Order: sequence, then structure tokens, then C-alpha cells
Amino acid sequence: MSAGNSSTWTELTSLTAAEARRLLDERKISAVELAEAHLARIEALEPTLHCHLHVMADVAREQAREADARIERGEAAPLTGIPISLKDVLCTMDAPTTAASRILEGYRSPYDATVVQKLREQGAVFVGKANTDEFAMGSSTENSAFGGTKNPWDTTRVPGGSSGGPAAAVASGEAILGLGSDTGGSIRQPAGFCGIVGVKPTYGRVSRYGLIAFASSLDQIGPFARTVEDAAILLEAIAGHDPADSTSSPLPVPTYRAALRPDLRGLRIGIAQEYSVPGMEPGVATAVEAAIDRLKELGAEIVPVSLPHTKYALPVYYITAPAEASANLARYDGVRYGLACEASSLREMYEKTRGRGFGAEVKRRIMLGTYALSSGYYDAYYVKAQKVRTLIKRDFDEAFERVDAIAVPTSPTVAFPLGARLDDPYQMYLADVFTVPANLAGIPGIAVPCGFSEGLPVSLQVLAKPFDEETALRVAYAYEQSEGWWRMRPPV
Amino acid sequence: MTLTIADVDHVASLARLGLTPEEREQMREQLSTILEHIALLNELDTEAIPPTAQVIALTNVMRDDEVRPSLPVEAVLANAPRRSGDYFEVHTPLGGDEELP
Repeated sequence: MSAGNSSTWTELTSLTAAEARRLLDERKISAVELAEAHLARIEALEPTLHCHLHVMADVAREQAREADARIERGEAAPLTGIPISLKDVLCTMDAPTTAASRILEGYRSPYDATVVQKLREQGAVFVGKANTDEFAMGSSTENSAFGGTKNPWDTTRVPGGSSGGPAAAVASGEAILGLGSDTGGSIRQPAGFCGIVGVKPTYGRVSRYGLIAFASSLDQIGPFARTVEDAAILLEAIAGHDPADSTSSPLPVPTYRAALRPDLRGLRIGIAQEYSVPGMEPGVATAVEAAIDRLKELGAEIVPVSLPHTKYALPVYYITAPAEASANLARYDGVRYGLACEASSLREMYEKTRGRGFGAEVKRRIMLGTYALSSGYYDAYYVKAQKVRTLIKRDFDEAFERVDAIAVPTSPTVAFPLGARLDDPYQMYLADVFTVPANLAGIPGIAVPCGFSEGLPVSLQVLAKPFDEETALRVAYAYEQSEGWWRMRPPV
Repeated sequence: MTLTIADVDHVASLARLGLTPEEREQMREQLSTILEHIALLNELDTEAIPPTAQVIALTNVMRDDEVRPSLPVEAVLANAPRRSGDYFEVHTPLGGDEELP
């Protein structure tokens, strides 16, 4: 697992975005060469990994030619010419957008997501629409209606999910950067399983316009990268207020790279005993403990904090997210777009279309959410969950009065075998046990590789105050630079 | 919390979700199990706790009331399974065999 051994792992597909930027600007490489190297990598690996539902080869080549012209004019932006993989819940005008669902098979969006538009304006290169659990509902990418993605570290295992496609693509050199969405851990958990960096920004930091909605009070778009610096570059490119998303924050976007420093002096970092649960793998606990020792060596003061309502986060999430999903997915009714089944009445058409178009997990969540919102159960389930959500948020508010960041594991286990949790939905839900609290509280979190357990990546999660991505990135960066994990390449 | 098949059918009807007989039974079992885990919340007294609807400090976000261009009709109708002129075509919503709400 030291260096990639396949012929298509080349110097070009090993570059970080920061390195590629320098080489492009110095004309040592061209954007076209960089795009071709990644497209070759995609062609070689896709039969094994299936990271992408749609490869945008023609678009990428055209964007790369334009990027070279722009660089030649001396007008390069930070992401001009950089190959990026987009989770297929982000609307793109020049490629299908399906959310990995039969109900949206072949759908072409009449507009771009705001994040997609921002990357286009920078001259980025889109290599493809990446795989996901259907409508981002899952923790393994096995719920994709078009077949799952394999983990590049071990192709008998899941890449995590729901953003397993872009995570595996960035880990395996099919793209330098990726964009995912995180509703309960869907960026951080697959980043952890695939040994890369993933950021869930503060709720409201990044516009959700053009993101296919799953749970609107929890969803955020965020970056995948192989280094913290690259994640900071991509976050800066996509963050900011958008008039088309009234929940996006008007706060100015910091220069995230300026926050990256090699030490942690003066920072107080909390650790929480509630993030040690039954079923936690010893190799994960050991790697995370070693990482926290390293944070101390880097100058941070380690402070125990209490997050007493952590164990309620998963039940709160599995009411809140399905409830919001049941409302959001009502739009898939066979009238305006997507699958439409023949029927003799409107009601029959709805039921047939939705019955055939949605997969098992999506149906389960629509049912669960509809139940929690239905007359007679609304107070007992939905309102109850929103009250406990307040307690979870208060836990973080109180902890962040004492510390600048909190360091915990990203997941209790490493990547699990394909199929291992498919028959037991609640076991699958437990994969998100350490990631859902940040979504419920709206705070930012970053997953950064912190070693290996039995040959599979382990991940440290750094949580910070709302709109303090800078501190989360700083902690992750100092840790990353003190170790060499990010240089490890999967054996594909 | 154990659901009955009648509960499943009621919820599926509310959600306009067609389920096969196998799916109905599987849904009954799996949702019952998930609801048992969710019942953990009942051990908390939340009588005095306000519910969280959203986590950010923004309220009543307004924009200027100006006319702006919208998507072209052709672009919006391009994905329509059935169209009639510049309209989406649907079955008659009321009358026929449709039940009234």
C-alpha cells in the first residue's frame, strides 16, 4: 500500500491541487495533459471501482482546452484546469443528474447548481458525475440503483457513503478533488473509509441551490481532497452567500489557506468520552488515541468535555432526516420529470411511479418520515426529535465555551465488507453514529486520515464552532503535516 | 412499537407509495425495529425544551420584489413525461375513480 502499482497511477494523477496549480502556471504541464491522465485512470479503474455513473470525457476535454487558454492569458483562478468529480446529486446542465435513482434516470437539469457554476467560473475540469446511495440515503453506496462502488483499498469492501463515488475517485486518482453532500456523515464517513480528507461545512456556509434535496435542515455540500490544503482551496471556491438559497449565510468567506499552520500552540481541543461506543474497533480506538497524543505534541491543550446527549443523536437523526425527505421526495410524482408509469388514474400513476422508481432504502425512509409526521404521531416523534435536537446543540454550545475544537473518531469501524449490513437497516445506520451530531447542531467537521487498522484507513474527525472552519482545518492540517498518511496510495 | 399491516398501508397511502405484498411485510418488520431504537428518546424529559427548527441565526430572509428572468418554457418542459402544448399533462385529478380528500 505504499506506492500505487498500477501503470495508470502516474505523476499527474498523484498531484495535489496546489502542486498542479504551480505546475500549470509554470507551464510545466498542461490542463489537457492533466485531464487526459485522469480520464485514462478512469478508463482503467472504472470496471473495478465504479466511482462514476457518467464520465464527462468530452466536457472535461473542452474545459481543459479552455483552461489552457485561460492560463496562457495569465488569468488562472485557483481551480483552473483541476480535474474534479461531482457527486450525482449536484445539478449539471451538460450531464445527466440522477441521484443514483431509477426515478431520475436520464434526467437533464435545466440549470447548474450554484457550486457547479462557481467551479465553472474558475475554469475547473469536470471528469464525471459520481456514484452515491440513491438520493444520498445510505452509508455504503450500495443503495445506488446503478450498482455500488468498491473501496480502492480493498475492493471487497464498501467505500462508505453516501458519497462513496467521489471519495473513491479522489482516493484512487480518478480526480484530484471531489464534491459531495453530507446530511448525516455522507462526506466525512466515506472520506474516512477511503483514506482522504472530507469537509462538512457549517450549515449555511455553502449554497444548496441545485443540490437534490434530501433533508433540508441538515444537507451541506463540501469538498473531498487528498490533503487539507486542497480541501481548503475547494471550500473557499464554493462557500459564500447565494441569493438563490435563503439559508446561505451572508458572512464573508475567509481565506481558508491562511489559517493553515504547522503547530497547534494556544488551541484547546476537547475529547469526549461519549464517542467511545460498543462495537468500536480496537484498531480505530488505538489510531485515534495516537492522533490525539500527536495533537498534544503539536502544542494543543487536550481538555475532556462532556456531550451527554450524543447517544440520542442517531434516533433524532432517523426521525428528522426521513421526515424532511418524505416531504422533499413528494416532488417525484411522474408529472414534471423522471419516470412516469402508465395508469388509469392520477393516484394510481403516483403510486406505481413511486413504487417502481424508488429503491428499498428510499421507500423505507419515505415511510418512516411520513409515519413520524402523520396525524397522531407528529408530537411523539417529530416534535420530540426536534426538542432533543436542541439538547444536542446545547451540548456543543457548552463544550465550545471551553474548547476551540473537538477531536473524535469519524466512524467506529473501518470500511466494512460489501453486503455486510444490507439486511439490517439499523446496523447500516450505526455507521453514522459519530457523524450525525454535527449535522443536527449545524457545526463544521473535517475528516482527516490518522493511520490504518488491518490495512484499512482510520479517520480522525475534528469538529469546530459554527462558521469556524478555519480552526477545524488548522487542526487537521497540523496533524496531517506531522504524519505521512496522506502520501499513502491504495493498491489499485 | 410494533406496526400492523394496516399501519403500513395507511402510511403508504399517505405517501402515494405503491408497495408489493412482500415489501409491505418487510416494511412492517423493519420499521417496527427502527421505531424500537428510536424509542430511546422517551427516556428524556423534554417538556420544557423548545424544539429546534433550524440551526442558524437567520430569520425572515427577504429579497427585493423585482421581476427577473425565469427558465425558458422549453427547458422546463424538456423532461416532461407527457406534455400538452406548453403544459404538463396529467390525469384528471378529481372525479372519475379519485377519492376526495
